[in-house]
Order: sequence, then structure tokens, then C-alpha cells
Amino acid sequence: MTEIFDIYLLEAMVNGILLGGVLALLALGLNLIFGVIDVTWICYAELVMIGMYGMYYLVQVFGLPYYVAAPFTILLVAGLGALLHLLVIAPLLSAPPINQLLATGGVLFVLQSFATVAFGIDFRNLGIRMPVLKFAEMHFSYSRLLAFAAALIGMLLVYFFMKKTFVGTAIRAISQDRQIMALMGVDTRRIYLITSALGGALAGLAACLLVLQYDIHPFVGLSFGPITFLICVLGGLGNFVGGFVAAFVFAEIISLGGLFSDLEWGYVLAFAFFIVMMFIRPAGLLARRS
Amino acid sequence: MTAKQLFPWIAGAALIALPFVYREPYHLHILILILIWSFAYTSWSMMGRFGLVSLGHGGFMGVGAYVTALLWNHLGLSPWIGIPIAMAAAALLAVIVAYPCFRFRITGHYFVLVTLALSGIVLQVITATRDYTGGSLGYTPDRTKGSQLWALQFDDKVTWYLIALGVWAVGLVIWKWVDRSMDRYALEAISEDEDAAAAAGVNVTWEKLKITLISALMTALAGALYCQYQMFISPDTVSGISVSLQMVFAVIVGGLYVSLGPTIGAVITILLAEGLRIGFGTKAVGWDNLVYGVLLVVFIIFLPKGILGSILDRLKTARKV
Repeated sequence: MTEIFDIYLLEAMVNGILLGGVLALLALGLNLIFGVIDVTWICYAELVMIGMYGMYYLVQVFGLPYYVAAPFTILLVAGLGALLHLLVIAPLLSAPPINQLLATGGVLFVLQSFATVAFGIDFRNLGIRMPVLKFAEMHFSYSRLLAFAAALIGMLLVYFFMKKTFVGTAIRAISQDRQIMALMGVDTRRIYLITSALGGALAGLAACLLVLQYDIHPFVGLSFGPITFLICVLGGLGNFVGGFVAAFVFAEIISLGGLFSDLEWGYVLAFAFFIVMMFIRPAGLLARRS
Repeated sequence: MTAKQLFPWIAGAALIALPFVYREPYHLHILILILIWSFAYTSWSMMGRFGLVSLGHGGFMGVGAYVTALLWNHLGLSPWIGIPIAMAAAALLAVIVAYPCFRFRITGHYFVLVTLALSGIVLQVITATRDYTGGSLGYTPDRTKGSQLWALQFDDKVTWYLIALGVWAVGLVIWKWVDRSMDRYALEAISEDEDAAAAAGVNVTWEKLKITLISALMTALAGALYCQYQMFISPDTVSGISVSLQMVFAVIVGGLYVSLGPTIGAVITILLAEGLRIGFGTKAVGWDNLVYGVLLVVFIIFLPKGILGSILDRLKTARKV
């Protein structure tokens, strides 16, 4: 009896790690935008939702293979990210931060209802069934393994982009000091636009991976959106490493909580954990206490 | 009395007299909904106007509605007792979350996201305890036969209209009361600069907690009223993040800093939704939120003070010139 229980526990833990990979990817995109532009995109998960519809139409309607459709989707969502910045955030850059947050809340409404109007509220899926990997009496779906691997590769690419290229260096510099970099001759508008597109591209990549595990419907963003914000805050907004760690902590809580009871209780536990952690470490998991 | 002092009394008398002159049920229904939601939006703006943007009010509203209905169905407790208990529960929740927030100076983005987690928790708990609450399918308080004061269930719309009108008026009175108190100056100072306010002798934590408590109590009352009037609640209509965002949206459109702003916001949003529903029927699904969202973005960019706020500003400058 105990042995079987342990296998389930182990399986839940590994599945938690696999879930953590995609959550970490989403958190990275949001942190990037927050760190550089100082804006929280409340509608981030809805960009992912649009990307998932993009994948659906490219694969199911136009008949493209999955691996051909994915780059198009990433480009599409990257374009959306840049557009969001130009239309909504850029006019509000000097407004109070709360207004920027609420404006992206409005964009959340727009994207959700646009999807409802344009695509209907039916549940759709790609119809791709990935095989299940059996290992030591544990079951893991390939879609999760693929998502985990792709998320890690995506994060590594961003890391090298930030460390090795001139634009990446400029982005990191701006996130350290917004005013000075403009005086140093860096075109902040261009950097903001590139960052927004990069954040969008990460959302697009996440969309390509999540589309394998979730059915697509206009409100799918709500099932991982709030979690992503909490992860970013728990890791410290703008703190990349913190967000990475927090993503795995959260994924484990949800996965293990769901093992002992319903999935909802996993979420309740994660939310409650978040609120408690906010009081213990208000500036994020890895922040030094001042 | 000048005309300006007289106006609220005349308007109030006209609103009270309205259902006795005109009692078309559908229009009364819309008016009742507008009044209940206006009260909820006013409760949100109590905090919002001082820079305390909360996305947790969907949670308070859900607690107000579900606690009242659950006590009635399972324990047979009258809403007259159940509503105060529900309000107390919401207040307790507010203190548990808000006190540490204010104590540890969690502000701005962080405060918004902590409260977002709160409405997430309430929504998930309601869904997870589906054996008692009906989960996402919704929940109906047991009906009594006919109108019963004890059960706070009335068949005729006129009674409900008067109740909603009364509660809405109380909301405006509380607003005026806060407006005239010293707390208002303290809270305005806090929203400008917490450190400076604290240095000037304002008890920052206590002042913020007070206004949060008032706001949470009122929101829970709005949730309970909505439940008693509609006799059906579901997690999507009274709790969760989308309800919280809906409150923010209506208030921003109406005007955050003026007492009737939230009411104007409720009038605009509900008439818009109903108009689209009647005009387009089921084809309109999603369109109302699409229009809301676009309006919200446009308003924040071009008219951050909302419709009523901007009109009043225009009038003021026009008078000065």
C-alpha cells in the first residue's frame, strides 16, 4: 500500500516539475516586461490564449504541420505584444502605474470577448494525441515532457540573448536605471518595443506548448493567468531567478495539493501560500530583507 | 435653502415616488439591478479613490452572497441574521489579508496582485466545495411561499426597488460622511506619500484598515442583496476576478473621484449590456464585454477622471472663466 502511494507521490512531483517549466516560461516573459518597462500586463495569459487559437487555425484549418505552425504563432503573438505596447502602454507611460495595470485589464476584456465573438465558446483542440511514457510504473505524457524541454530551451535562448548581444545588454541596463540609459544615448522607445515583442514571443512559445495539454476556449487564460502573476510577485517582480524558483514551488504545491484532494484545493493552497509568503517576504522569495 | 441644497431632496422624493406612478416590471428590474450594482461599485470606490486599488472585491461580494444563502438553506437562519454574519465574515477576511498588507507596506502593483489572489481563493473555494455550494453550476436559496419579510423574499418589484434605493442612498451617505471626516484628509495624504503622511502623525495602517473594512462590509451587503433579489448566484456572477475587474471598469468609466460616478458607471454598463442583449439577442454574446474593454482602455488613456468627473471639471472651469 505504502509503495503504491509513494509511486503516486513521485509521479505527482515529477509532473509538478514539468508543469513548472511552462509556468517559469510565462513568468519570465512577464518579469521581462515588468523589469524593463515597469508595467504589469494583466492580459498576458490572454495573449497566450490568442496564440493557442492561432495554432488551432494553422494546424487544423490550414493543415500546416505542428512544427511549421509554431514559428508563425510565435511571430504572431510577438507582433501582438508590440502592438499592445504601441497602442495602450506607450500613451500611458507617464500615467500613474495603476492606470497602466487597469488599461491592460481592459485589454483582457477585449481579447476574451474578441475570441468569444470571433471563434465562439466551443472547446477546441489540436487533435494531436501524444503517446504516454511509462517509466517505473509512472505515467508521463510526452506533451508535458516536450513542453518542459522547449520551455527550458526558450529560457536559455533568452538568457544568451540578454548576455551576448548588444540589444540584450541595453535591455538589462535599462532595467537597472530607466533615466540614465536615455542620457547614455540608448533609444528607450526602441528597447521598449523590442522587449514587448520578446515578451509576446515568449507568450507565443508558451501557447504552442500549452495547446498540447489544454483545450482551447476564450477563457482558458484564466486557468493559468492568475497563477503566473502570483509567481512573478512571489519571486519578486522583475527578478528573473526568483520567478524561476517560484514557478517550480507553485507547480509542486498545485500538483501535490491536487494529489491529496481536488485540483481546486491545490489552487486554494497555492493562493493561500502566496498570501502568507507576501507577509513573510514582501519583496519576493530571493530578496534580501531591508 | 439654496437650489443646490434642495436638489438631492427633490431627486430623492422623485425616485421614491417613481414605482407608484410607473410600474412596468422589466424597467423596474433594470432599475433595481442598477441600484444594487451602483452600491457595489460605490463600495469599491471607497478604497479606490484613495489609491487602494483592490481586485479582491469579487471575493467579498461572493462571501456576502454565499454565506447568506448557505446559512438560510442549511441552518434556516433568516437573512436578517445571515447578512450581518456574512458581512462580518467578509470583514474578517479583509482584516486577515489587509492588515499584514498595510503593516508590511505592500502597495501599488503588489497590493493589487495580493487582492487578486484573494478573489482567486474565494472563487476556487466556492468551486471546490461543490457539495454545499453547487460549484460552478450556481446556487439557489430555498424559496418561501409568497413574500415573507422574515425570509427577505418578496414577489413584487416595488418592494425590492425601495430596498435597493434605500441601500444605495445609505452608500451615498457613507461616501459624504467619509468626505467630511478627517480620515479623508489623512487618506489623501497617504495616497500622495505614505512616508510624509506617517511623519505628519497619520496612523497609516489604521486609516487604511478602516476604509478597507467599510468597503468590504458594504461590498458583502451588496452581494447578499443581489443574492436575495435574484434568488440565484453562481461563482461567475458574484465572485472571482472578472467581477472585480467589472467593478473597476464601471467606476473608471463613471468617475472615480465623485460620489455619483460609480452610479453613472453602473447605469452606462448595465444599459449597454441590456441594450446589446435586446438588440442582437444571442448574437450579442461577448460583444458587451468587447465594448466594455475598448471603452475602459480609451477612458484610461483619454478621460482618466471618468464621464461624470470630466463633466464636473468642465463645469467648474467654465464657471471660473
